[in-house]
Amino acid sequence: MTLREIKELLEAEVLVGHSQLDREITTAFGADLMSDVLAFAKPGSLLLTGLTNPQVVRTADVLDIAAILMVRGKRPTPETIRLAEELGIPILATKYILFESAGRLYSKGIRGCMEKVESDRATG
Amino acid sequence: MKLKEIAKELDLKARAAEDKADREVRGGYVGDLLSDVMGNAREGQVWITRQTHQNIIAVADLKDLAGVIIVNRCEPAKDTVEKANEVGVPLYVSSLPAFELAGRIYVLIAKAKGITFF
Amino acid sequence: MPQDDGIIYQNSFPVEGGNFETAGQVSSQIKAILKSLNLPKEVVRRAALVAYESEINIVSYATQGEIKVVVRPAEVVVEANDVGPGIEDIELAMQAGYSTANEKIREMGFGAGMGLFNINTYSDIFHITSEVGRGTYLKMVVKINEKKEHET
Repeated sequence: MTLREIKELLEAEVLVGHSQLDREITTAFGADLMSDVLAFAKPGSLLLTGLTNPQVVRTADVLDIAAILMVRGKRPTPETIRLAEELGIPILATKYILFESAGRLYSKGIRGCMEKVESDRATG
Repeated sequence: MKLKEIAKELDLKARAAEDKADREVRGGYVGDLLSDVMGNAREGQVWITRQTHQNIIAVADLKDLAGVIIVNRCEPAKDTVEKANEVGVPLYVSSLPAFELAGRIYVLIAKAKGITFF
Repeated sequence: MPQDDGIIYQNSFPVEGGNFETAGQVSSQIKAILKSLNLPKEVVRRAALVAYESEINIVSYATQGEIKVVVRPAEVVVEANDVGPGIEDIELAMQAGYSTANEKIREMGFGAGMGLFNINTYSDIFHITSEVGRGTYLKMVVKINEKKEHET
């Protein structure tokens, strides 16, 4: 799916990255904890999150995340937008919750950026 | 669709109050911030999270959620399991990440309603 | 044994404790530099990731700190040094899920107790020393020609 198709599917608003809407997305990762994004998200994935602070963009940059989808009608701070523009990371915003967004994307063929967490994790 | 049916389909492992999982699931909520879930989750939804501490059970109980599924192969803390049994909130774990699990549950619920995507 | 010669690049960057506004800036800078050196994508990503987790730790817990990067033909070494409270029980702090983070850190999406765990996962060699009341020192090595199997 392209970012443009995702935008339409989720009635999302493009806040950063209008020129990158033809970018293809095949996998995604959803979390509100950046620590988990850092542990698991794979390059080229779409990041679904309810966080809106600049660290989301930093994390996306460090991990080569393709684009950020902010869910639950959350709006990024001006600083977040400025940083995303500077680093060239698209931000889309949808009013849908993460579950609904994930469900719609999954129904259109987007998959989790990994099948399973393989290694044993201690109590987190 | 009932939570125990979803659990069976998706190979979720029960950790507490399995006997309370015969409630009809009215969709899902994915979230790791307790204040957000308190504010936005709806009654009857199944909550998908990576949080493992016992406060998740209090939130699920207060919001009358259908149950909690902990993702990313994380395990609940001991007092989380105790609390879940005590108040009767079904608690499961999954090795899937939240996006993948949410997607699969979404499709299952839709299918149970007669909607198919693929 | 790390080679002492053949340094391709080295630099140190100060990190201000408690300043969440600029947290991550140093890691973005480091990532851009490593990219410009034409290192393999995966090496850049892993080195940036360990630098970023270290930077977040300094911002979250320390008064001030510094991140140093040294690039040699076979490795990228990231060192993070801070003046701060230090870590009482390193073994415990290394466990996934163990955290002493306050609410402010958690609101930012950090403090889930995955920082040191992630650093350990993503670096090929990881050393940590800490003195309570003084500070913490981390050394992370990402080898350039060895690929970690979990990262493709």
